[in-house]
Amino acid sequence: MAAPRDRFGRPIVVVTGMGVVTSLGAGKADNWAKLTAGESGIRTITRFPTDGLKTTMAGSIDFVPVDPFSSTDLSERLADLATEEAVTQAGIGAKGDFPGPLFLAVAPVELEWPQRQALGRVIGSGTPIDYDQMLRVAGGGRFTDFHRRFLFGSVADHLAETFGTKGSPISLSTACASGATAIQLGVEAIRRGEADAALCVATDGSVNPEALIRFSLLSALSTQNDPPQAAAKPFAKNRDGFVMAEGAGALVLESLEAATARGARILGVLAGCGELADSFHRTRSSPDGKPIIGCVRNALADAGLDPEQIDYINAHGTGTPENDKMEYLGISTVFGERAGKVPVSSNKSMVGHTLSAAGAVEAVFSLLTLEHQRIPPTINYDVPDPAIPFDVVPNTARDARVTTVMSNSFGFGGQNAALIITGEPA
Amino acid sequence: MTDTRTSKADASEAWITGIGLATSLGEGLEANWNALATQRVNVDDKGFAPHLVHPLAPVSFDAQIPKKGDQRQMEAWQRIGTYAAGLALDSAGIKGNKDILARTDMIVAAGGGERDLAVDSAILNAEAQGNSAPGFLNERLMSDLRPTLFLAQLSNLLAGNIAIVHGVTGSSRTFMGEEAAGVDAARIALARIASGQSDIALVGAAHNGERKDLLVLYEFGDFNLKSSFAPIWARNAHPGFALGSGGAFLVIESRQHAEARGAKPFARLTQVVADRTSRKHPGDVTKSLAGLWSQLDGVNDSGAIVTGATGAEPATSEERAFLTSHPGFAVRATGTSFGHTMETQFPLGLALAALSIAKGKLFPPNDSAGVEIETTAAPSQIVVIGTGHWRGEGMALVEAVR
Repeated sequence: MAAPRDRFGRPIVVVTGMGVVTSLGAGKADNWAKLTAGESGIRTITRFPTDGLKTTMAGSIDFVPVDPFSSTDLSERLADLATEEAVTQAGIGAKGDFPGPLFLAVAPVELEWPQRQALGRVIGSGTPIDYDQMLRVAGGGRFTDFHRRFLFGSVADHLAETFGTKGSPISLSTACASGATAIQLGVEAIRRGEADAALCVATDGSVNPEALIRFSLLSALSTQNDPPQAAAKPFAKNRDGFVMAEGAGALVLESLEAATARGARILGVLAGCGELADSFHRTRSSPDGKPIIGCVRNALADAGLDPEQIDYINAHGTGTPENDKMEYLGISTVFGERAGKVPVSSNKSMVGHTLSAAGAVEAVFSLLTLEHQRIPPTINYDVPDPAIPFDVVPNTARDARVTTVMSNSFGFGGQNAALIITGEPA
Repeated sequence: MTDTRTSKADASEAWITGIGLATSLGEGLEANWNALATQRVNVDDKGFAPHLVHPLAPVSFDAQIPKKGDQRQMEAWQRIGTYAAGLALDSAGIKGNKDILARTDMIVAAGGGERDLAVDSAILNAEAQGNSAPGFLNERLMSDLRPTLFLAQLSNLLAGNIAIVHGVTGSSRTFMGEEAAGVDAARIALARIASGQSDIALVGAAHNGERKDLLVLYEFGDFNLKSSFAPIWARNAHPGFALGSGGAFLVIESRQHAEARGAKPFARLTQVVADRTSRKHPGDVTKSLAGLWSQLDGVNDSGAIVTGATGAEPATSEERAFLTSHPGFAVRATGTSFGHTMETQFPLGLALAALSIAKGKLFPPNDSAGVEIETTAAPSQIVVIGTGHWRGEGMALVEAVR
C-alpha cells in the first residue's frame, strides 16, 4: 500500500467522487462520450431575445429547467446535480451528512433583470421609476425570497443544507480560476489535517443578457455565430474570442488514509496546486508571462514534479487571441522544447468557457482522461497558428499513456491557478 | 465546526503586524480611535431617508492610489478597500517592499455588483411606458453600460486592484458570502500561516454602504434601520442595521517572519472559528455561539468582547442571550459606531481588538441599554464575534503577544 503522506510529509489528497454538468449533458458518462467524439455543446441562444447582440450563441444549459429563470437559481441546480453525482460515486458519509467542509466557486451573485422588472411592475407606469421608488416597494414581505436568493452566500448555504457539509461553507471567486481555487482550498484543508474529506464544487449559470453584454463590451467573446458549434477555436489562427457557457463540476477530496480506510475507490490524486497573482492589468496578462510561468512552476514545485513528468496539459485555452498566446508563452518557457511535444488540448472548444466552473469541470475531465487513457481533442482546429506550435490534439481524440495532467486556469483580476493531477498515489 | 488554532504543538504563532482602516469615523488608526474615545457616530439620516447610513469620512484617495487612471477603473467599494489595504501595508512596514509583497498571500472578503442606477432606472421607465420590443433591453445595455463597470462589479476585482496598485501578488483569493466571508478570510489566512502554508497575508474587506441598490437587497428582508438612530442594543422596537461604508485590512504573519524583519506586533491572532447553523429554531444562534466559544482555548473568565452584532433580529437578541452567559466581559458592538459594513465587520472587529490590546485599554461603551459596561482593565485577550444578519457565526481570539 502506498504511504499516506507525500514526499513533503503532507497527507496525500485523493479524489473519490466526481460529478459534472455541461452543455454536452449531465453526468460523466454522457460528457465523456461526447467530449471524446469531438461534439460541441455550443448552440444559438433561445433563452432570451438576442436582437442587437454581436454574439448570439453560448454553451447554455437548457435541459435543466429553472422557472422563473435566474442565473443564481440555475447555478444552484447545476451544483446540486454535479454534487449529487460526486457524493454518490464517493459513497461517503450518509445522505445529507457529508463529513467535511464545502468550498464553492460561484459567480458573484446579484439581483437580475427579471427581479428588477418585478419591482418596476409594482411601482407601475404612473410613477417615474428610480431606486427610491424601488426601495419604497421592496420591503414589507412581498419580496422576502429575493433577499434569500441574492445573498452572495445563498448557493453555498443551500448546498451546505442539502448535503450536510460541516462548518462554515466558503463561497469564493477568483474569476475564471475559481473552480481550481475551490479545489486548492480543499487540498490545503486536508493537508493541514483539518479535515479528512472536502467537497469542492464550482458552478456557473451566467448566460443572461447583461452578463453576455458585459463580456461583449470587453470584446472578449467570439462573434462567429454561424455555425455556433464552430465558434470556439482555441489555439487556431482564426480564433476570435471565448464562448460563454454554463456548467458545474464537483469533486469529493479525501486524504488517502481516510479513503483507504473506508475502502473507497481512488479516482486520482491531487498532487499539486499553484497560484500567482498578476499585477499588470485588470483584464490582461503581464506581457512577459512571468505570473503564468510562476504559477505553473509553483504547481510543479508543490507536486514535487519536473516538467518532464507532465504528459498532458488540459489548457485554459479560452480561444481569445490574448489568452492562448500567453498560455503558450507560459508553457513554452517552463517546458522548453517539450512544449511542442506534450499534448495540450482545450475542452472549451467543445463545452465553451464555463467561467467560475471551468477549473472544476476541467479537473473532472482531466481525471477522466487519466481513467480512460484517452485525450479529448481541441475541435475547430482547422487553421493552425504558427505562433502557437502546440500539439493541440486537433479535432480527434487520441489514445495515449497519461499518468500526470496539468490543468490551467487564468482569470480577470490577475488570477492564475494550476492543478497537477495524477492517476496513482506516488 | 471549522476550527483554526495556532496553539497546536508545532504550529506557527500568527501576529497582526499591520492595520489599515478607512471608515465613517475617519482614516487611519488614530482618527478611528479618537472617534471611539469620544463616542462620535457619523450617521446620515437624509441622503437615503428614511434609511440611515454611515457614510465614508472624507479621505484623499490619491494618498494610496496615486494614479487617477486606477481610481477611475474602480467603483467606491474598491477604492475604499484599495485605500485601506495600502494603509495596512504602510502600518506593517511592507509598502513597496517588492520582495515581501511578491509572496504575500491575499484573502479579500467582498461583495460586488455595484450598479449604474441611472441606466437601470431609465430602462425600467422605458419598459413601464410600454417599450417591450424584443431586444430592447439588449440595445440599451449595449449602448449604456460602461465597459469598465463590469470590472467594478466583479467581486475579485478588489483583490485585483490591490495587486495592481500595491503589488501584492503572492496569491489572490476572494471570499463572498456577506458577514461570514470576513470571518472565513481571517480563518483561512490564519490556518495557512499556522500550518506553514503561508508566511504572511493581507486580509480584509471593504464595503460601500452608500448604495441604494444594496439598500434594496436588504430591504427585501426588511433589514434596514429606518427613521431614527439608536445603538445596536437599543433597537428592540425598531430592529435593523444601518449600512456603513468602510474598509478594514490586516497584515498577519508568522512570528518568525515578523521577528526576522523586525516587525512589531499589535497583537497575536490566536484562533478563528466559524460555523453555520440553519437557524430553523429559536435559540440556534445562541447555541452556535456557545459552541464556538467552547472551541476557544484558554479564554479567561473575564475580559472583553468586540462584536459585529448587526441589530437585525432575531440574530442580535440571540447573540445577546449568549452574551448574558458571560457577564464578566466588557462588550463593544462596532455596529453602533461604524454601521454595518457587512463583509468588513469581522476584519474591523479584529482590527479594533488588536488596536485595543496594543494601546492597553478598551475603547469606551456606546450604549443606552446597559449591555456595554465601562472597564479600565488593560485587555490581554479580546474575543471578536461575527454573527451574520441571516447566516454564519464566527469568533476569534486576539491576544497580547507574550
